[in-house]
Amino acid sequence: MLRSFFSKNCAGRALWSAEKRAFSSLSIKNHERVLPKRTFFKEPPALNEIATLTIRNGPIFHGTSFGANRNVSGEAVFTTSPVGYVESMTDPSYKQQILVFTQPLIGNYGVPSSEARDENGLLRFFESPGIQCAGVVVSDVALQYSHWTAVESLSQWCAREGIAAVSGVDTRAIVTYLREQGSSLAKINIGEEYDADEDEAFTDPGAVNLVSQVSTREPFFVSGGDGSLNIAVIDCGVKENILRSLVSRGASITVFPFDYPIQQVASNFDGIFLTNGPGDPTHLTKSVANLRELIASYNGPIMGICMGHQLLALASGAKTIKLKYGNRGHNIPALDIASGSCHITSQNHGYAVDVATLPKDWKATWINLNDQSNEGIAHVSRPISSVQFHPEARGGPMDTYYLFDDYIAKAKEFSKARAAATASA
Amino acid sequence: MALLTQYVCRALPGIGKGLFRGHGGQGAVALKGMFMSTTAAASRAIRGRQLTQIRGNRLNGRTRLIHSSARVCNGHDAAAYIQSGHVKSVQRENVKKVLVVGSGGLSIGQAGEFDYSGAQAIKALRESNVHTILVNPNIATIQSSHDLADEIYFLPVTPEYLTHLIERERPDGVLLTFGGQTALNVGIALDDMGVFARNNVKVLGTPISTLKASEDRDLFSRALNEINIPIAESVAVSSVDDALASAEKIGYPVIVRSAFSLGGLGSGFANDKAELQALATKSLSLTLKSLSRSRSRAGRRSKYHMLRSAAIKIIRHLGVVGECNVQYALNPNSLEYRVIEVNARLSRSSALASKATGYPLAYTAAKIALGHTLPELPNAVTKTTTANFEPSLDYIVTKIPRWDLAKFQYVNREIGSSMKSVGEVMAVGRTFEESLQKALRQVDPSFKGFMPMPFRDLDKALTVPTDRRFFAVAEAMLNQGYSIDKIHELTKIDKWFLGKLSNLAAVYNELREIGSLYGLNRDVLLRAKKHGYSDAQIAELVGSTELEVRARRKRLDIHPWVKKIDTLAAEFPAHTNYLYTSYNASTHDIDFNEHGTIVLGSGVYRIGSSVEFDWCGVSCARGLRRVGMKTIMINYNPETVSTDFDECERLYFDELSYERVMDIYELETASGIVVSVGGQLPQNIALKLQETGAKVLGTDPRMIDNAEDRHKFSQMLDKIGVDQPAWKELTSVEEARTFANTVGYPVLVRPSYVLSGAAMSVIRDESSLKNKLENAAAVSPDHPVVITKFIEGAREIDVDAVASKGQLLVHAVSEHVENAGVHSGDATIALPPYSLSASVKDRCKEIAEKVASAFQITGPYNMQIIEAVNPEKPDVPDLKVIECNLRASRSFPFVSKALGVNFIDVATRALVGKDVPAPRDLMKEKHDYVCVKVPQFSWTRLAGADPFLGVEMSSTGEVACFGKDVKEAYWAAIQSTQNFKVPLPGHGVLLGGDRKELADVAAKLHELGYKLYVAEKALHKKLAPVPVTVIDFPKEKRALRAVFEKNDIQAVFNLASGRGKSTEDQDYIMRRNAVDFNVTLFNDVRCAELFVECLKEKLPLVLSEEKTMPNEVKRWSDWIGSHAL
Repeated sequence: MLRSFFSKNCAGRALWSAEKRAFSSLSIKNHERVLPKRTFFKEPPALNEIATLTIRNGPIFHGTSFGANRNVSGEAVFTTSPVGYVESMTDPSYKQQILVFTQPLIGNYGVPSSEARDENGLLRFFESPGIQCAGVVVSDVALQYSHWTAVESLSQWCAREGIAAVSGVDTRAIVTYLREQGSSLAKINIGEEYDADEDEAFTDPGAVNLVSQVSTREPFFVSGGDGSLNIAVIDCGVKENILRSLVSRGASITVFPFDYPIQQVASNFDGIFLTNGPGDPTHLTKSVANLRELIASYNGPIMGICMGHQLLALASGAKTIKLKYGNRGHNIPALDIASGSCHITSQNHGYAVDVATLPKDWKATWINLNDQSNEGIAHVSRPISSVQFHPEARGGPMDTYYLFDDYIAKAKEFSKARAAATASA
Repeated sequence: MALLTQYVCRALPGIGKGLFRGHGGQGAVALKGMFMSTTAAASRAIRGRQLTQIRGNRLNGRTRLIHSSARVCNGHDAAAYIQSGHVKSVQRENVKKVLVVGSGGLSIGQAGEFDYSGAQAIKALRESNVHTILVNPNIATIQSSHDLADEIYFLPVTPEYLTHLIERERPDGVLLTFGGQTALNVGIALDDMGVFARNNVKVLGTPISTLKASEDRDLFSRALNEINIPIAESVAVSSVDDALASAEKIGYPVIVRSAFSLGGLGSGFANDKAELQALATKSLSLTLKSLSRSRSRAGRRSKYHMLRSAAIKIIRHLGVVGECNVQYALNPNSLEYRVIEVNARLSRSSALASKATGYPLAYTAAKIALGHTLPELPNAVTKTTTANFEPSLDYIVTKIPRWDLAKFQYVNREIGSSMKSVGEVMAVGRTFEESLQKALRQVDPSFKGFMPMPFRDLDKALTVPTDRRFFAVAEAMLNQGYSIDKIHELTKIDKWFLGKLSNLAAVYNELREIGSLYGLNRDVLLRAKKHGYSDAQIAELVGSTELEVRARRKRLDIHPWVKKIDTLAAEFPAHTNYLYTSYNASTHDIDFNEHGTIVLGSGVYRIGSSVEFDWCGVSCARGLRRVGMKTIMINYNPETVSTDFDECERLYFDELSYERVMDIYELETASGIVVSVGGQLPQNIALKLQETGAKVLGTDPRMIDNAEDRHKFSQMLDKIGVDQPAWKELTSVEEARTFANTVGYPVLVRPSYVLSGAAMSVIRDESSLKNKLENAAAVSPDHPVVITKFIEGAREIDVDAVASKGQLLVHAVSEHVENAGVHSGDATIALPPYSLSASVKDRCKEIAEKVASAFQITGPYNMQIIEAVNPEKPDVPDLKVIECNLRASRSFPFVSKALGVNFIDVATRALVGKDVPAPRDLMKEKHDYVCVKVPQFSWTRLAGADPFLGVEMSSTGEVACFGKDVKEAYWAAIQSTQNFKVPLPGHGVLLGGDRKELADVAAKLHELGYKLYVAEKALHKKLAPVPVTVIDFPKEKRALRAVFEKNDIQAVFNLASGRGKSTEDQDYIMRRNAVDFNVTLFNDVRCAELFVECLKEKLPLVLSEEKTMPNEVKRWSDWIGSHAL
């Protein structure tokens, strides 16, 4: 159940007390979950119009428009995910990017309802309330869709959300270019050819703090289990399934803005969770500073995913670097160094942790078997760990779901120990 | 663990099963996933224990990490991942000599894909320095070559023979999962018999207990229940009554399936009691059945990851080590699903999955069986990343099966849960439309693509799935104005597919409306090409010709682009040579700087063209490489080795049409094209290729054309003084009648450009002639029909040869066991010949020399010659040429392996004029053995078809074995055919048919101690004094089955002179039911006689207490005295 702080109409006593216990010391106001304002467009999709994808200092690809009649700009990246375009497009980590799908047929199963919610009040089908990327590029779009959950076509959805979309281009040629040249700034223009000389500047999403555009504005609470386990989530652009993965395992969660001074309230929680998010982690200096204090003062389990992983590394004193073209797909092998087992993982990131810079009380725990980039770190003695990939999947393989189980187990252990300590005190 | 739920799984069930099969309300659509699993720990635990104790194991194999510092990079690095030191393998299976069990002759349900997967496995073993012993009686396979296996046995894959083989070879490991159901069943039997334990043979890969659990419906459902995976509700039954009672309980409709069978043999749907009764009567002749309630019709799309996770759970629980295939039924309107079946072995679709993704499943599975783990194996394509990944595809693959049902009389054309297809094609494109149209043409070049076809009852054609349903949809959409909703109502095909088909229809209508070549502007033409329209198809719609469309297309600068299949959607650079063409692109992935030599493959497997031609294609490519030339292979059959990207420099997985071959020839500026090793398909386009400027290697295509044109060919034979049966080109029924009366009946009627005897038949009277002529003429109106005097009781001889510039280099003279009249593809053939005189052999060679010279042959060719008694000179028989093909024939691998000389290698050298060997007369060399080839039929699959041999080919494969003489070789070969059981003395044999030789066969069987039965009094009299008992012969299946059981009938000898005139014919019923009841059937006089001789000689050994090693259990290299091939 998704509720505002200090809501008076809570279902049961246990929840009420859990909520109270969690926030009694917080000096924050009562807020509903505040989702970013979305603008919707009324025009139908700009179908059959010429659409052009221009890569800065690179090739130009001509195709056909199937989305909004708007020109957009962003960083061109590609994903090799075979399924899950709805999940990808609503993933806040794709904020401001032009997403190129290598999967050749996109749109087959249409788009499910953005309103549908699960039993916890979380979005059932979407990873955030709407499309996060700036534009999409596909080889072939299905204008006719067929699926029992679909309510509209991909094309209608893009038009409604103001997202430019191009079909009928050689996506392999784009991928080959990006692979060789690295992720590049690009733009999509709808309509007749334009004069490149009169081009306005390309927007560089790497230059700005994208997290501030996708993180919750105010803290909010989602109850789970019997209310006895409380996790604080630092939202850098969280995917809905991360919240679900915690709540469905019996945790009540309180979701904080990315720059919230978490160290000040951490003692109320059985664990801290750092989420995924878009862009360059080094923009989040305040978050990193908060985390550094948190690590110094808090003994409970801390877990990070993706951006959360990078922030944790920065807080530990390590460095991050920008990857040439990032890892985005559902088929990426990550090796668990301790057990020697390899898992197929879902990924979406353009930056990575440079393990050579890890301080000595930290260790690398996971490694990418394709390019040997870092996939996970942990503190050598404390329950602090993070992974670069997405164990919550959506879309993607569910092979590493167990990491949530492990984390929840640690949180419960910590909760118990804390209760015991309080009792003996 | 890596999982391969390839895109074909999504497109494929909709096409293969949705469009063709998905039957309103009941056809559960299967989604398939391929899995590589290295749950070694789990599998160790499962060995010999109850499944209930096994829990999933999260560890993937036994990998250890020895080094953990990592460089941060992205994308590839030349320093291969293997050298990065992140993973290090631990202990391997300690095996030095491994027996690989092959699948035997190609049959419906178990075809070329097992040659491919077995070959991959052996490659993997060889790389690991494991000494490999292969047993496989399929002599046409590529795996049975010393290029791959160290030693090869052409022997029956039966527990008896394998026991002897294991005792002789003493391997320390065995691989059972690369030879289809055959190998798996034999493996389970050998394990039960204690043969592996006794001889210390370790079963590598998935353990026997897992194999059993996946095959046994009861164990299987128990195992899946333990992990809460839903399966189709099912009950195991062993009698018809049992089946009926169970069906009442679980409710109709039900699906009947047989345990331990392949390709859904004996399975089908039953909507009510009557249907179930009929189905179960037939199916229960097999070992064990199960009934499953068929649930709601499944959908095309899934919660992909839900099914993926379920599959991983299943294989971990079962303890699969290696490859596995899981089939689901999925409700299109919810998340409800059921597991249909799990194959804990390489399956039919493994080859398809490998080709569709580029991921070498079989190779990797073999490595895992040796104890490697996925993380330590490199990705075979990128070489720089790991094999522990799941492929990502940026193209669309469509698979369509090929059915050859039209070739059989009385056969049921409906498609259901029992497999009937004889082959399949795979087409690659960048849109669904493009890939689908390619696939349709690949199935049969006479289909131009998505085109309408008239149906007498269109609604029925839409409702009841048959091999033609696709064209019924086209007809409904293009000519009858049916809406998508109406077609969906009738077919239950997912509307997404119908939407895509309507895109094709829109282009079709646009082209038809434009109606002229010059009305096509660049925009329209490019759109048509992007939708997969071929030049010929466009030509038909605008009233032009293929070449004119091609010329206009090239003038408008429209050409296909060449793309790579690289497993990772180009995320990492791959130096792969695995290619396809597409119009939905704007760049080439490769440079064209190699100017290789193109080898055209054989296309789809069908009756008459099968793995033999794959062997020819691969032998040619390897031969070209041996003489230092670069090769470009073009083929589109996913079941083949020729479409393995390491068999050539460049592999185009694409159409074998004139259009596509010429496109590739021009793009590559290739140095020549080989058209003579891929069967008839490449031959058909040879002349056109040459006439439009391509360099065709070998015999001049004009000569090929001359040899294929009956008229020109006969004129040539007359000119060079080579005899042939009297023949005439047919222009009218009247002319034909006159000719037939002059030469006397019977006559053979056939059109030109014959493929595997299509439309050929022996005509015995005037009314049949008239009837036949109309049908035969309708087959191929562009080519005249020829009638030939048919000589009865003649012996038939096959001559396979290679010539260079008209000079004979090598030749083989093989002898048919059956008399002339049985298609050579269905014939039992012996080499060296066992009863031909030296002079006949010499005369055959002379004929071969004359033909080589007359047609200026360079390359392979084949002739069929009949030896008939000349009444005027009884001691000098006539030799008449009845057939000649200026290309490799299907018997080339057989003669090459029987004689120990690779004819295709010789031919390849001749084709390119490099290192051409000197002529060698192999038939003059001493051979102290005989090799006999026996056809493999798939009658059980073809419900209703008459198991009778004629001039039309009906076998789906072949096997061959060696022996000291023809009897020993035949004895082994006939036992190599699937499910053949030697009838034993004391048991019943049913006799039938009108041939006089039956009396002699009966007498000998009686002497050997068999109980003989006949179905009619008249025959009883004819066979006197041989004691035979007349039994009841009810025509109803269930009653007849009871009669067979009561009299313990183990074999049927039905020797009739002609086909059954109707389905009421007693001989037809006898043959058909022998097949349906899985009782050994002999339907040819000469084979029956030979088999009785074999029984006489071999029964004492079979029946003796001492298990002496039979003489035929010998390595191939020991027979031929070399490891040359």
